[in-house]
Amino acid sequence: MTTKKYKSKKAGERISLAITYVILILISLIWLIPFFMLIILSFRGEQVGMSADYLFPKQWSFDNYIKLFTETKFLRWYGNTMLVSVVVTLIQTVIVLVTSYALSRLRFKLRKPLMNLMLILGMFPGFLSMTAVYFVLKQINLTQNLLGLILVFTASSAMQYYICKGFFDTIPKSLDEAARIDGASRHTVFVKIILPLAKPIIIYTILTAFIAPWGEYMFTSFIMLGDPDKFTVAVGMKSWLDNPTMASEYFTVFCAAAVVVSIPITALFIWLQRYYVEGITGGSVKG
Amino acid sequence: MIDLEYLKMSPMQKLWYNVKAFFTRLPAAFGKFFKAIPKKLKKLWLAFTGIFITIGAAARHGDWKTRTSFGVMGFGLIARKQYLRGILYLLFEVLFILYMIFFGWKFLAKMGSLGVGEYTEVWSDELGAYVYEYPDNSLLILLFSLLTIFIMMGFVYAWYQNVKGSYLSQQFVEARIALPTTKDDIRSYANENYHKTLLSIPMLGLVVFTILPIVFMVFIAFTNYDKAHMPPKELFTWNGVDNFVTLLGGGISANSKVFAYTFGEVLVWTLVWAILATFTNYVLGMVVAILINKKGVKCKKLWRTILVMTIAIPQFVSLMFMSQLLADQGLINNLLLKWGWIDSPIPFLTDGTIAKVTIVVVNMWIGIPYSMLICTGILMNIPEDLYESARIDGAGPVKAYMKITLPYMLHVTTPYLITQFIGNLNNFNVIFLLTGGNPGSLDMQYAGKTDLLITWLYKLTVSESQYGIASVIGIFTFIIVAVLSLVLYNRSKSVKNEEDFM
Repeated sequence: MTTKKYKSKKAGERISLAITYVILILISLIWLIPFFMLIILSFRGEQVGMSADYLFPKQWSFDNYIKLFTETKFLRWYGNTMLVSVVVTLIQTVIVLVTSYALSRLRFKLRKPLMNLMLILGMFPGFLSMTAVYFVLKQINLTQNLLGLILVFTASSAMQYYICKGFFDTIPKSLDEAARIDGASRHTVFVKIILPLAKPIIIYTILTAFIAPWGEYMFTSFIMLGDPDKFTVAVGMKSWLDNPTMASEYFTVFCAAAVVVSIPITALFIWLQRYYVEGITGGSVKG
Repeated sequence: MIDLEYLKMSPMQKLWYNVKAFFTRLPAAFGKFFKAIPKKLKKLWLAFTGIFITIGAAARHGDWKTRTSFGVMGFGLIARKQYLRGILYLLFEVLFILYMIFFGWKFLAKMGSLGVGEYTEVWSDELGAYVYEYPDNSLLILLFSLLTIFIMMGFVYAWYQNVKGSYLSQQFVEARIALPTTKDDIRSYANENYHKTLLSIPMLGLVVFTILPIVFMVFIAFTNYDKAHMPPKELFTWNGVDNFVTLLGGGISANSKVFAYTFGEVLVWTLVWAILATFTNYVLGMVVAILINKKGVKCKKLWRTILVMTIAIPQFVSLMFMSQLLADQGLINNLLLKWGWIDSPIPFLTDGTIAKVTIVVVNMWIGIPYSMLICTGILMNIPEDLYESARIDGAGPVKAYMKITLPYMLHVTTPYLITQFIGNLNNFNVIFLLTGGNPGSLDMQYAGKTDLLITWLYKLTVSESQYGIASVIGIFTFIIVAVLSLVLYNRSKSVKNEEDFM
């Protein structure tokens, strides 16, 4: 009697496990197929534009990649984006860490008002202030300039303190206090105690800061309006698709560019995935 | 007692009870909010009068060194050998006066009119042509007037600190307490004043590139800055609340009604979109995470990595690629036509309603991996014996999910959900890169059927130069987002219990 029950339970479990696998495989397909399509399309040798009704190319070739690097400004855009990304990452990481530490560990009169202020500022549609930012930049001759873009990306970094502060909050305060009793200054506590413990959140911050300029369209297109030499990949690649005639000519080149853009970031992401998860679950979540 | 009665209710009664409780509590919540205002005002008033009491005391009891600080900032401090702070105050005063004389005053004086000088043609011998001269530029006048007001406020604050500091150091000397030396001052910036060291640069960036532009935008809402008033050629000026009236449908101009209609349509879709996008991603992301975490499922890491790849591939790439695939002449329609599954292209992105569905679905495709990642970490923290005891009590997987997983997750991830919700209200990329707000509509002013407030704003400013109206919409957007998120934040316990974790 008991063995039969046990067996049937096991069979039930097996069925539910099988269903789970089927669903997981389905999900994986749904998520992977578009990327395979992207990769396959990037190798299409023939020029048929958008109207093609088949996926696999009749002629496999690297033409799109060759065209990408020789005939278009893609390499330049790639360089621009990389430069902006690296500099933004450096500055933004420092600002976010410093702000988060101050808001998490130091107690000063304006702490709460400051946190509320940044919360409220985050609710304004950032784009609207763009006109004013544009004229501020124009006054210091930084429109259509990568430095101006870096300034815009990093200036408000402090507002992204939220997740990082959440992470710092989970580091026991007794650690600081012990060090303070031993005569360490606040600065020493920050550099010698908190930062070494904050590796996941530092990597998380670096990762998000690094990726942002690659995908940002709104601000970049506004600041770089009319100067294709200063575009980032997002703005540049969008410019290929702006009108249908160009879109059909550049569609496969676009796919090739997308592959080139995606590879390094994907690799970085898969490599650092563990820290990313630790960072975001440690920081964005509190019981 | 109440708990017991609650437990006896049927599910429908419970639901009704909760809904009723929410609405009966609402007035009290609002009441509490408004009751808190006088208290806050009183506190503010006390702080405000406190400033004058300090200044008064410094004026009455201060010695000549302190009193000189009223005019020459930092003098009292320098005279008492606190050179570093004293010199900084003095330097600030000198710079401020120079700024006001050579720069700030010129703009501030014209703030009332935002400039009157029309442009003139002047013959230039050098160029051999007429050159336009623009004596005034409303935009710059407004921008730099605001900047000057900011700096003046900073100056007033510094002046007050200087008086207070001078008076304090005088009191120290009178009480024969050793004054902090310059060395002590410097050291304090790594300790009790460490927050000033850390935050000054981030805050400067925030003021110049976020706060100043936002204040500027708020002021623009009260001007007639539009296509017909583009400085420097045509100046714009104050027009009171005309833009607000226009947007709410009470304006005299013909398109006022259209604007009001558009605003309503776009607003409703923005809210629907934000709710749908947030919850579909969240719930389905959680389901995927549960499936992957399920006992007995092998290669957990592989499944996760497959999904994580989509986060890593830049969003704009996937979005633009999708918009090409789903176009009327795009690959998906062409394939379906060839296979004979459909007779005419499905208007994935060109029919209002279908486009909205497409957007939500594509957004799920982009967002689920992200929420899956977050949920995975937390799901592992739910104690296994909770499920065990639920199973012994005869609860099926669905019931266990509804009674254990979902409440726990909601409780823990509220801050994340709120940020997601706010982010979706202002989600520019998904809409702009996927449909560009299209399909267009004749009933609406410069907006398409899938436009969110933020993309409508983009069109109004970048292509239509309707800055005045756009600013009003921006202000309304802000109010909506702020009210929604304040209500949500106040309901989330984790914000209240911030200190619990320390």
